[in-house]
Amino acid sequence: MPTLSEAESKRLLAGHGVPVLDERAANDPDEAAGAADAIGYPVVLKLCGDAIAHKTERGLVRLSLTDADAVRGAAAELLAAATTEDGDVSLLVAPMVRGSRELIAGLANDPQFGMTVMLGVGGVLAEAVADVSFRLVPITRVDAEDMIDDLATQRLLGPFRGEPAVDRERLVDVLVGLSDAAVEHPSVASADVNPLIIVDGVPVAVDALVELTA
Amino acid sequence: MKPGGFNALFDPKGIIVAGASTHPGKFGFVALHNLLSSGYTGRVFATNLEGESVLGIDTVADIDELPAGEADLVFVCTPAGANLELLRKCAAKGVRAAFITSAGYGEAGPEGMEAQKELVRVAEELDLLLAGPNGQGVISTPSSMCAQIVAPFPPRGRIGIASQSGNFVSSFNNYARHYGVGVSRAVSAGNAAMVTVADYLEFYADDDETDVGLAYVEGITDGRDFFDRMRAVAERMPLVVVKGGASDVGARAAASHTGSLATDDRVFAGACRQAGIVRAPTIEEAYEAAATFATQPLPNGPNVCVVSTAGGWGVVTADAISRTKGLRLLPLPDDLRTELDQHLPPRWSRNNPIDLAGGETKDTIPTILEIAARHPAVDSVILLGMGIQGNQGRMEKTGPFYPEHGLARIVDYHERQDRRFTEAAAAISYDVGKPILTATELSMADPSNPAVTGCRDTGKLCYASANRAVTALAHLWQYARHRQRRGLA
Repeated sequence: MPTLSEAESKRLLAGHGVPVLDERAANDPDEAAGAADAIGYPVVLKLCGDAIAHKTERGLVRLSLTDADAVRGAAAELLAAATTEDGDVSLLVAPMVRGSRELIAGLANDPQFGMTVMLGVGGVLAEAVADVSFRLVPITRVDAEDMIDDLATQRLLGPFRGEPAVDRERLVDVLVGLSDAAVEHPSVASADVNPLIIVDGVPVAVDALVELTA
Repeated sequence: MKPGGFNALFDPKGIIVAGASTHPGKFGFVALHNLLSSGYTGRVFATNLEGESVLGIDTVADIDELPAGEADLVFVCTPAGANLELLRKCAAKGVRAAFITSAGYGEAGPEGMEAQKELVRVAEELDLLLAGPNGQGVISTPSSMCAQIVAPFPPRGRIGIASQSGNFVSSFNNYARHYGVGVSRAVSAGNAAMVTVADYLEFYADDDETDVGLAYVEGITDGRDFFDRMRAVAERMPLVVVKGGASDVGARAAASHTGSLATDDRVFAGACRQAGIVRAPTIEEAYEAAATFATQPLPNGPNVCVVSTAGGWGVVTADAISRTKGLRLLPLPDDLRTELDQHLPPRWSRNNPIDLAGGETKDTIPTILEIAARHPAVDSVILLGMGIQGNQGRMEKTGPFYPEHGLARIVDYHERQDRRFTEAAAAISYDVGKPILTATELSMADPSNPAVTGCRDTGKLCYASANRAVTALAHLWQYARHRQRRGLA
């Protein structure tokens, strides 16, 4: 199935109220450094393209770049790592955000029930913990609130390790936004917002991947 | 689905049992036996190849010999090969619905599937409602009708049952017999060739005899359609569902992270929550939830007050409440504590659970129960420790000293008191419009205990443990909360 690039995926979801980072595209190392200056340091630099789905596995994400020289250097390396199979590529500069809590949200097509919205506890243990909740598209705000209540790990949503409680209204926005995106774009086959990092209590989509029906 | 067919299935004015047998081991005998034993007052006809007399019914060898317009349901126990002609002849006599117990259809390979399609085609052509095939039967207590090839016939009540497994219809009905909280209609969908569990539940939602739906489902062929229809049903009445059968996870495309976490069951669970369907993991929990919906008002909020005659019960019940998602053990309001102080000795718990600590006199329990239930902060009450004295009375009654030594009088007193307490629970619940659930293991250990019979005779379920009462109450609150949050009256 074809996928949208990270930037396009985020643009589509952000159009429905899913909060994404202030990210900027750049085509060369100097543009990337300029974008980083505008955003403020530290930043994350990624190589993006329609055909690139597994950036982390290929080392195409550079974290915690603290000045313009570091951004230029990383940008040059990433552009050099692109292969011909990757097609058109570009750089994405994003603020480096920190939050100790990661959630997952997304859209998945169930063979019996059709398109579903999903919310789960994220991080490396996500699949083992399997603390997830589903609803059928479309969902209301009340449905989204119920989904949040469904999670077994409620403690993760309260004040946590010096960070404030998760802003549930903003989390509802994410879930309803995903549902709206599925309704408005029937060509969306699935969406993964992973991780959805809780930054100072507010969920932010740090990575997103939207698949389209072939 | 035409309502006329459902009316003929559940409230027929006359029934033809096709394939009645003189052999008590055959379904064709058992079906007629159960129908004649349940008090059905409509006309009963039967067919038998030899035209023998079966259980006092003069059977006919051919439907042609029966009067027209006297029966609107045919209960079919004949071999599959005979059924097409049978349906045609029955329809000509005015029959509107058929329950087919016969096997050899969709469950029996490709040939059976062809036969099943033909059966449906003929039924549609004849405008017959076709229940089954390969089902165990149909029960309708308002019509005193037990058209089933298995026991039991449950007491009359307000629960409507539809099941993809006939044996679970029997299970639900066995619980209904045990607890006394009864059933309006029950049907085994069999192969559900024409009428599915969803169709029956939609009929129940509009049925004046039914207040609660109770269903067992396995395979769902169109989840989205099932969801949409069951959401509409659950808006009209509480609907309790047990789903059996593991999903074919392998068939699922796990292309994305989200997809790989989307097992069938989690999606089904989410769909139930979204639709307001009460999902129960086991048959007994499902029955008890349905029976609670049928006999208790919905709570207006999560706050539970526990009233107990002794400490331990209250403590584990408080634990059980804390394990639920939604219910809350109400911290005792000051004004309620002060009021209770006036009726209890100083050693009572002075908190929730309200532990009477053995300090009760003749009228303490009904008094405390009423004060607690009436308090505006209390949404529901669980009553524990009933039946202790009646249990002692049973031991004394069957012991070597009864009725001497004053035992006759004291046993009689305790039996009356025990019964009075659980009757009071029902009366207060009705009066204040809040659920009051009584729990004691005597419900299982000694159903003749006066506290248990008091509960049963007032139409309430006597829960076999506090834990089970809490579980049932949690289902009620989740459903009530679902309605509140969506503005459903």
